[in-house]
Amino acid sequence: MTKILKRSNAPIFWGLFGAGGMLSALFVPMMVFITGIAIPLGFLLPAGTMSYPKMLAFAQNFIGKGFIFAIISLSLWFAAHRVYHSLHEFGIHAGTGAKLLCYGIALAGTVVSASVLLRIGF
Amino acid sequence: MSKRKPYVRSMDGWWKKNPYFVEYMIHESTALFVAAYVFILLVGVVRLGQGEAAWNAWLEALKSPLSVVCHLVLLAGAVYHTYSWFKILPITMPPVIVGGKKLAPEVLTGTALVVAAAAGLALLALVWRIAL
Amino acid sequence: MSEQKIIEIEVLRYNPETDQEPHLELFKVPFTDDMSVLQGAQYIKDNFDGSLTFRWSCRMAICGSCGMMINGIPKLSCETFLRDYYPNRIRIEAMSNFPIEKDLVVDLSGFIEKLESIKPYIIPREPRTLEQGEYIQSPEEFNKYIQFTSCINCTLCYAACPQVGLNPDFIGPGAMALLHRYNMDSRDGGAAQRMELVASEEGVYNCSAVAYCSEVCPKHVDPASAVNINKANAAKDYFLRFLSPKGGSK
Ligand code: SF4
Ligand code: FES
Repeated sequence: MTKILKRSNAPIFWGLFGAGGMLSALFVPMMVFITGIAIPLGFLLPAGTMSYPKMLAFAQNFIGKGFIFAIISLSLWFAAHRVYHSLHEFGIHAGTGAKLLCYGIALAGTVVSASVLLRIGF
Repeated sequence: MSKRKPYVRSMDGWWKKNPYFVEYMIHESTALFVAAYVFILLVGVVRLGQGEAAWNAWLEALKSPLSVVCHLVLLAGAVYHTYSWFKILPITMPPVIVGGKKLAPEVLTGTALVVAAAAGLALLALVWRIAL
Repeated sequence: MSEQKIIEIEVLRYNPETDQEPHLELFKVPFTDDMSVLQGAQYIKDNFDGSLTFRWSCRMAICGSCGMMINGIPKLSCETFLRDYYPNRIRIEAMSNFPIEKDLVVDLSGFIEKLESIKPYIIPREPRTLEQGEYIQSPEEFNKYIQFTSCINCTLCYAACPQVGLNPDFIGPGAMALLHRYNMDSRDGGAAQRMELVASEEGVYNCSAVAYCSEVCPKHVDPASAVNINKANAAKDYFLRFLSPKGGSK
């Protein structure tokens, strides 16, 4: 058989997908609990845990900044990849359009979070 | 002339036809929950960059009952993502060989879930430390 | 003697010469507790309709030719027993994700082509002459691939894989398991040659880790794991090919 085989560019998206899936599996449940439930209800964590000065300091810290960026950006790439595949699985073969939309949102989220985090300073 | 006329069946609704596929679609859909939460977080980061008043408005918005209910739903989705992500780990990851034998899938998934719980608790502890 | 038990078997029929599309036909089959689903089909062929078409050979789960959908689940019909379904109705259909040739027989030519394309033979790592003697392999080296040699090409994993149904060009679980079997063999040096296929658009990235293939495999080959290990291999090849060009892949 001499079929012409085209190399797939999937490893890039698959790599981002895997990293994002792993990171979100490890941290997102606790983050939802902290920012969406514990803090608003004033439950478990001390008052003022997420006050402006504290969170600004967190976002200015090198590790804190990196963590926020990685969670937001990689989780979006993870979700974009899954949604793109699911569209195909539901029989919606929107092709390039769907691809651009899914990965475009992830890219936009990456750019926005990176620029804000950089502007916040170190 | 050939009498062949192979019949190709439609794939429409394939995922409804087997409980295994239904579960697959449910665990795939957890990505939407993760994305929704991360989007809220992204708004928070943007608000943080806009200064104290904007940040406090974001915190205030999170206090609405609707927001808390939404986050409970997101929490359920996120937990199911964690569970299903590590449930398929034994096939998505190269085999782990311990003492010349392949680690049993249940052991691998169990270990990973313990690690995930520890990671979550470590994060909570860290936030606690920042708070004090 | 106890009363003769009768089980209802619904069969997906398709005759390419007369039918536009497949339809279900119901048969009432007397059975004994030792009868397999395959024997149920044979009873129908012998007693009700000689034109019923299906594949079988060994009747002992080793030739891999009797696969069908049994109540929607891909199974070898020779090792699935009627008694486990009685008194409920049983529905048998041609394996999913393959074109139906006639009744329960599917067109396997696509699968055979895929099987050929993975180079399913040892490509010697270092050629040896007869005088040099045999290739020595340690039990550890043997253990690395033995699991993937158990495949009987029954294609139940293809019938289980929605990605195969959605993209018939996807190389698929069974062929990937066999590819991995050769790649993992210490005597083989063909991994770089096979990488072109693994990393291609027909290759491993069609898989979204549904993993039902491993669930239905009657020989516990775990084809899903073979596919997914090769995603990591193909990613390595993708990113590192510029650092260490070894050829084989473009
Ligand atoms: S991997 Fe398993 S299910 Fe697939 S063809 Fe081989 S024996 Fe059959
Ligand atoms: S007849 Fe050979 S596997 Fe069933």
